[in-house]
Amino acid sequence: MNIVVCVKRVPITQEVDLEIDAGGKDVKKDALPFTINEWDNYALEEAVLLKERLGGTVTVVTVGGEDDEEVLRRAQAMGADRAIRVSSEGLELDPFGLAKVLAQVVRELDYDLILTGVQAEDDNYGLVGVMLAEHLGLPHAAVVTAIEPEGPTARIKVELEGGLDEISRINLPALLTIQTGINEPRYVSVMAVRKARKKELEVRAVNSLGLDPKELSPRIMTWELLPPPDTGGAVMLTGDPPQIADQIIRIVRETGVNL
Amino acid sequence: MSDIFVVIEHRLGELREISLQMLTKADELAQSMSAGVTAVLLAGAEDGFEDQIAARADRLIVCRHDRLKNYDSDWSTELLSRMLAEHRPFLTLIGHTPWGLDLAPALAVRTGWPLATDCLEIAVTDRRPEVIRQIYGGKMFARVHLLGTPGYLLTVRPGAFPAEQIQRGPAHVINLEVPADLAPSRREVLEYVDSSAGEVDITQAELLVSIGRGVGDEENILLVKELADLMGGTLSCSRPVVDKHWLPKAHQVGTSGKSVKPKVYLALGISGAFQHLAGITGAGLVIAVNKDEKAPIFRAADYGAAADLFEVVEALKEKLKG
Repeated sequence: MNIVVCVKRVPITQEVDLEIDAGGKDVKKDALPFTINEWDNYALEEAVLLKERLGGTVTVVTVGGEDDEEVLRRAQAMGADRAIRVSSEGLELDPFGLAKVLAQVVRELDYDLILTGVQAEDDNYGLVGVMLAEHLGLPHAAVVTAIEPEGPTARIKVELEGGLDEISRINLPALLTIQTGINEPRYVSVMAVRKARKKELEVRAVNSLGLDPKELSPRIMTWELLPPPDTGGAVMLTGDPPQIADQIIRIVRETGVNL
Repeated sequence: MSDIFVVIEHRLGELREISLQMLTKADELAQSMSAGVTAVLLAGAEDGFEDQIAARADRLIVCRHDRLKNYDSDWSTELLSRMLAEHRPFLTLIGHTPWGLDLAPALAVRTGWPLATDCLEIAVTDRRPEVIRQIYGGKMFARVHLLGTPGYLLTVRPGAFPAEQIQRGPAHVINLEVPADLAPSRREVLEYVDSSAGEVDITQAELLVSIGRGVGDEENILLVKELADLMGGTLSCSRPVVDKHWLPKAHQVGTSGKSVKPKVYLALGISGAFQHLAGITGAGLVIAVNKDEKAPIFRAADYGAAADLFEVVEALKEKLKG
């Protein structure tokens, strides 16, 4: 089974105080560490697990600058056989443009399955995967939590709300967007990533793909960022942990709950 | 005609709340720009949702087939893209749900129209929609513009708008046959299963002690379980804990888990993704402890402490034992 996985490098923003940058349309990123988008990491692990079980190859693709090769190296350390970076330097791509660019590259590859994350941690749009499927004319499923290939089809589990799952059969080749929790992504050591740097990494220029630049112009754009409204926020408890504990106990008891 | 389309979502024979929320918002937007509201219903032969929709729209386009009893990825995309091409509505609203996430991006490619997802606020200025949505997991809000085209697509976050009684209609009903040239679906639903059933029922608990990503390690869960036992509460969690297989899905609070209604919800190390917050709107009182004072959970909590959860957990245990 040959699998293509599309990944994105994103800033780590948990437990970080985000600030709006001078342009007002994005956050300051220079001091933030970056990593592979969490959803994409699950997608990659799933691809590697399927390859280990059924044979075949895993090809990982990203669109971005040289810094973004970091996530491809990490993917190679996890077990990806082939890595491609589409160099986007100087080009502002929104999810529509990104899907077009990816389609142009993936079209040439040999695949039974294409996996992406459900969404990216930074912009939270959740668009690229399904759009890529449409450009390639493939059947797709969003928010997938299990994949079991069965000949020319795959049995999949789609996560709905409220604990309900849809069990479906989808024709291959197909594109699936992967939800977190589908597997337990392996640990990747710094040593393994360093070793992967010796492997081949292909770079394609976005303007070599034969796309009309007009097709890639953004259709949605962030006009301005706004800090979250602080209306209706919590009353903050202060003091050392024992003092906070005292207040929590008092507040809980006031609701009538017995402790 | 300038028109707003609302794609009705239903599941297992029930109209979903998001459908009524979108119809309410569509009504408000339509009034401000003297447009009409068209509800689009793809449903099974026996499904009767018309009564609930007819008073909330000017037009109701219905297409019935057994295959459409529940969401069908290929058929929904094909039928709706044909309808949009024919009617060219100015704005189309779709739920930001797993099915909406499956459908909307495909429609955007078919129509070539811009799409913004997970919208919390929608305004129309100079015949162009402008939306507000969250990025970076709710730590920042973005005002997003959609560039000029004949039509626009938006997915709407469940709960962002209320479902109100509105006076529109009775809708003019247009029945459509499934076209004979429709290709067979490439994805077939086999069954629906409930994966959240388990020994614990967190929906009935009076006190929930809930853990999130901040718990850090599987072994630490025991420390919090001891606190939950001491308090006479039930242990629950947010998504990352289930993703890591540290607790079974029956413990999960949120959109893809359970909606809960305890008197007190004590959130420990939970950042407060909107999918989680949607599950605790019925809680009487929310107390949150999180190291990150900017965590979105503090916007939804009644009381908060920007502190190390383990220090607070240990202090609580000592006091309750003492």
